[in-house]
Amino acid sequence: MSKKKEIDDRFKKFGTVSYTSVTKVNDFINHLEEGKVMGTRCVDCGMVFFPPRADCYKCFSSNIEWFEVSGKGKLEAYSKLKYAPVGFEDDLPYCIAVLDYGDYKVFGRIASNVPDEEIKLGMEMKTVANKLPSGQLNYVFEKP
Amino acid sequence: MGKVAIIGVGQSSFVRGYAGSIRELAFEGFKEAMQDAKVSVKDIDASIICSAPEYDKQRSPSGVFAEYLGLIPQPTFYLESLCSSTSMGLRMAYSLVKAGLHEVVAVLGFQKMSEISSAESQERMGRGADIQWESPFGTMMPAYYAMFAKAHMEKYGTTLDDLALVRVKSATYGQLNEKALFRKPVALEMFSDPEHFMSGPVASPLRVGDCCANADGSSCLIVASEEKAKALSKKPVWILGLGAASASVNMSGRDLYTGLAVARQAAEQAYKMAGVSPKDVDVAEVHDCFTVSEILAYEDLGFAKAGEGKGLVTGKETYKEGSIPVNMDGGLLSKGHPIGATGGSQIRTIVLELRGEAGEMQVKDPEIGLVHNIGGVGLYGAVTILGR
Repeated sequence: MSKKKEIDDRFKKFGTVSYTSVTKVNDFINHLEEGKVMGTRCVDCGMVFFPPRADCYKCFSSNIEWFEVSGKGKLEAYSKLKYAPVGFEDDLPYCIAVLDYGDYKVFGRIASNVPDEEIKLGMEMKTVANKLPSGQLNYVFEKP
Repeated sequence: MGKVAIIGVGQSSFVRGYAGSIRELAFEGFKEAMQDAKVSVKDIDASIICSAPEYDKQRSPSGVFAEYLGLIPQPTFYLESLCSSTSMGLRMAYSLVKAGLHEVVAVLGFQKMSEISSAESQERMGRGADIQWESPFGTMMPAYYAMFAKAHMEKYGTTLDDLALVRVKSATYGQLNEKALFRKPVALEMFSDPEHFMSGPVASPLRVGDCCANADGSSCLIVASEEKAKALSKKPVWILGLGAASASVNMSGRDLYTGLAVARQAAEQAYKMAGVSPKDVDVAEVHDCFTVSEILAYEDLGFAKAGEGKGLVTGKETYKEGSIPVNMDGGLLSKGHPIGATGGSQIRTIVLELRGEAGEMQVKDPEIGLVHNIGGVGLYGAVTILGR
């Protein structure tokens, strides 16, 4: 009997519920485990991507390298959920948001320890790797 | 190459828990459109079936519908662009007719959402966004649109009451629409009454009353070449302009959170093709999946300047007697939103308005009508301009 081919399904660890398990950017999960939130850059043309991609649509290269999402971004949009889709009920309430880093933007959650009254559009925040109580991994926005 | 017309329109009532299967639901909208067009199944050269996937056990509904509706052996196929599926279906029918491949095409939209729970439905809807990078954070449609509402409120001073007034207007007309799911009056005070269900929080700043409801429904449009339309129909309504666009599925790829770029792009294309401007539009249907969506639509379509959309509803300009009546059928907020059927229902209303057959919803003598139909969170946008 031939040995069963191993499936690299690391991405199933992303978020409260992951709907994707296999992707060419599975290393994102290892970086998260090491406390780093990373995007990708096309080595051939320099195009920057977040969320990370394996392929550059501009020059059709798949020669990509990782870069760390670091420094501060500006809060560009957010909403606090009081009702959740199936599978996310235990996370309530939580706040989804977009941070603008200039060259790219990041969609994620605002950390639950940031009080509502302190959240303002335009405020500076940083993106931080986060471990959920279930052992799953995501990233959150915190006050710098 | 000649013009293209809509010669028949129909829709089922939009309901919760439709007591029948999807083919039977489809039959309701189809029958009304066929009787409206006064044609028989032999006159239909092809059918385009439109819906959002994953609500039904049935895979590939086109073949099942074609059989049930008596449309075999003519070609049939399925088309989806979430909530804008029927508008994109109309776009496809237009091109099939314009190319001369077919003379009469049926565009049938449907959705039976009640087979799954509301929370499951939110999860499905949320997966109309980026499932790899966004859905794992627990996203859903109201929360995405709430981000736009929040941004609009902070940038332009739009208020919660402005949003609620969109729902009040919607209910004014929804009461008159016998096909609508929600037919009760809505008062502004309900939104500030913590005991009233309308004020219940969903995703800040949006409340229950700011959101449209899931529904089951079908709609159908019969599209014909100029020659066929003149032969078959006393009151063809002509397709004057079509616009369509797409945007980044992930919110991190957007530049705009106070409007929908796809609507602006689709509107520009449709106005140009029709040779008209926003002020020429006599009656419009806009995609009010949420109250804020209608205010964004006013601005994206050029009915108001950016940031000034709220004035159209507070000043009652979008009421029946106003300068640009919008959603005279009660919109998605009153009718309910059976995703794949919605665009066809919007187009049906404008066709009836242009024919002077909209009954209590009729505005005075319109010549140009517009339909704004959005898929996902401004992921797909379609704008259709129709004329007598």
